[in-house]
Amino acid sequence: MKKIFIVIASCLFVKTAVAQIDSSLLRRSAIDTSGLKLNMDAAYSRPFLSIGKFPVSFGGYAEANYQHLGTNGVTEGHQFQMRRFTLFVASTVSERIKFLSEVEFEDGAKEINVEFAALDVELNPLLNLRGGIILNPIGAFNQNHDGPKWEFVDRPMSATEMLPATWSNVGFGIYGKTFKGDWALAYEAYLTNGFNDRIIDNGVGRTSLAAAKLDPTRFEESYNGIPLITLKTAIKKRNFAELGLSYMGGIYNKFQDDGLQLDKKRRVDTYALDMNFTLSNWRTAVNAEWAWVFVDIAPTYTQQYGRRQQGGFVDIVQPIYRGNFAGLPNSVINLALRAEYVDWNIGRFNETKGNIGDNFWGLTPAISWRPGAQTVVRVNYKIVRQTDLLGNPPAKTGGWQIGFSSYF
Amino acid sequence: MKLRLIFPLLLLSACTKLQPAGPKADQVLDGPLENLTPEQRLQFLRGDIAFNDEVFTRETGLGPLFVSTSCGSCHAGDGKGHPFTTLTRFGQTDVGGNQYLQSGGPQLQHRALQGFEPEQIPAGATFSRFMPPANTGLGLLDAVADSSILAMADPMDRDSDGISGEVSWISPKKYSQQRPGGISQNGKVIGRFGKKAAAYDLLHQTAVAYNEDIGITSVFEPISTYNGEEGDPEIASQTVLDVVFYLKTLKAPIQRNASTKDVVDGRALFISAKCGTCHRPELKTGYSPINALSQISFYPYTDLLLHDMGSTLNDGYTEGGAKTFEWRTPPLWGLGLSKNSQGGGYFLLHDGRAKSINEAILLHGGEATRSRNNYQALSEAERKKVLIFLESL
Repeated sequence: MKKIFIVIASCLFVKTAVAQIDSSLLRRSAIDTSGLKLNMDAAYSRPFLSIGKFPVSFGGYAEANYQHLGTNGVTEGHQFQMRRFTLFVASTVSERIKFLSEVEFEDGAKEINVEFAALDVELNPLLNLRGGIILNPIGAFNQNHDGPKWEFVDRPMSATEMLPATWSNVGFGIYGKTFKGDWALAYEAYLTNGFNDRIIDNGVGRTSLAAAKLDPTRFEESYNGIPLITLKTAIKKRNFAELGLSYMGGIYNKFQDDGLQLDKKRRVDTYALDMNFTLSNWRTAVNAEWAWVFVDIAPTYTQQYGRRQQGGFVDIVQPIYRGNFAGLPNSVINLALRAEYVDWNIGRFNETKGNIGDNFWGLTPAISWRPGAQTVVRVNYKIVRQTDLLGNPPAKTGGWQIGFSSYF
Repeated sequence: MKLRLIFPLLLLSACTKLQPAGPKADQVLDGPLENLTPEQRLQFLRGDIAFNDEVFTRETGLGPLFVSTSCGSCHAGDGKGHPFTTLTRFGQTDVGGNQYLQSGGPQLQHRALQGFEPEQIPAGATFSRFMPPANTGLGLLDAVADSSILAMADPMDRDSDGISGEVSWISPKKYSQQRPGGISQNGKVIGRFGKKAAAYDLLHQTAVAYNEDIGITSVFEPISTYNGEEGDPEIASQTVLDVVFYLKTLKAPIQRNASTKDVVDGRALFISAKCGTCHRPELKTGYSPINALSQISFYPYTDLLLHDMGSTLNDGYTEGGAKTFEWRTPPLWGLGLSKNSQGGGYFLLHDGRAKSINEAILLHGGEATRSRNNYQALSEAERKKVLIFLESL
């Protein structure tokens, strides 16, 4: 009897408590639309919900899709996928100290990653300190990867498998910005934990910076005690274009253990160039990124693992309709196209001096509908060609992807 | 409203039609035999994944010395290999066995995990490079009865045709199980796989390849190629058996354009030039526990015997009971599709030295000299037809 009373009382209490929440207290935090936001600002340029004057705000996004892809006539059939469910929590600790975290659940809950959890301290607009789990600012996509910002269901291959977004590590660094008229100039510099041997010793069978993410200890300790250096500078002109140049490099191998020398120090160096602009007359948005990867690999290791890689993508998005669509007055319908390419292994075979294959190219035409700025419904047709190491006739992939991505 | 419903339905129905079609069955070497049971198809799939998708790493047992990181990387699309994946064997010059087993023989592991030094060919050791063969139709070759191979042999050239195919008698591995109707002689069995026919069956071939090519120990081949010590198996026995089953049940290559005039004429010229004496067009399997392989006539263009191929192809290295100038007749089926697994060009003969079919024919010597001369005596148009026929295989 006592238990029943407690349960009923608890239910009544919860119901009362819920009823006391005033939904009008939930407010969207204002997003800076000054036109001088850069890719480096993407982490905080998201729609957050705050409750009254409570110093913590929340947000997130989700993306799900249907796809039917086939490779060389073989298909997995109709697939429904919940690719990501991401939660943000931001907190203003004091006027110039803030904390943001981003937790991502991928493929249901198969993977749970803390992609970002960093404290920012502003000493001066030109000098901010950042520490925690940070997104290494290599290229633009790694910093600005939220699904609702893109017209395509898949992320670019070069950005995810080559660079490899989303790539975050524990570390510290500084960043800053300066403005003059319509111009903004920014920089970032971080020291973090880095890569590991998996980039050339993995089940993918090729040099894969993304394979380093499989090391479960990488947020606990550095693999070899040498920090990874990430540097980026970007320049932007209001309502015109942003250009970014970034570098990330360090030692990736376990060259010593317990004080014993195992191998020479071997470097991985990456460079990226990113650019985005909007043509004012047509409102055509162009977003492009190109990157180069250089890995020092022993000459006695197999050439299957590339010493050099390069690749990138160009997204072109053309709005074709603005107005009421399906009763939603602020709708925008876009035509879009992504062209992407990756050469996983630049070089020539020692045995034949012939070109090493192992490359990828893709073309994805798309139609997207944005009922509002925070939501995108997208229909993609994906065309992919992948050539093996020896340069044999490529595997041909194609098919439909239809999905949505939305902040909430 | 109806239109709204029709659009997604049209889209769904277009899913498969707008996707790239697969190549025709006669354009690829992979794919299973017809008439496998559902259980056999499942095992085929398991073997397919282990063969083509499993890339070994330091963590899963790769090396530390090795040639390749996976089975599939040497046999792209189940076809012939490429000079990048060529094996080097060294240290044996006669039937007395390999004199360099203590120095890393018979196979050179010329690649190594970082921090390790790969092997070098010991001073004084002769060697040969072996191009990985196509896997296609191996189960049919495996199911040929020993008695059929013996019946084709003519070591004393009793029919005076200049061709004296010899059986490769080899010592069996402990784990080899004699095939139905298997014939042995003084404890030796008939080898039929490998460039020198020094491997008895596909389990022998597969277990040794895991061990010597990738550095993977198994219950079948437990000795590490790195330190010569017996180690725990780095691969499950069932996985090895699945791969063996996969290799056994890969389909035979399907000839293309078989009825066109050039191909028909080319085949007739091939036979009249006596090429078919060694490259026997038709063989027949004996009994096999796999129904799809039992009592089947097939067209591999080999006799599975050893032949003297002359001094040009004599590298001074051998295996099993073969002499250094003897090579097992390679099957010609699938020849025309080799380019699709060799990066767009031909790398033919045992070490890939021939860059065209014509060049490969002209490098034939020894017992094949007469056939080569017959080919050379053909008119240019006739030789072209022979090449068209060979490319159709």
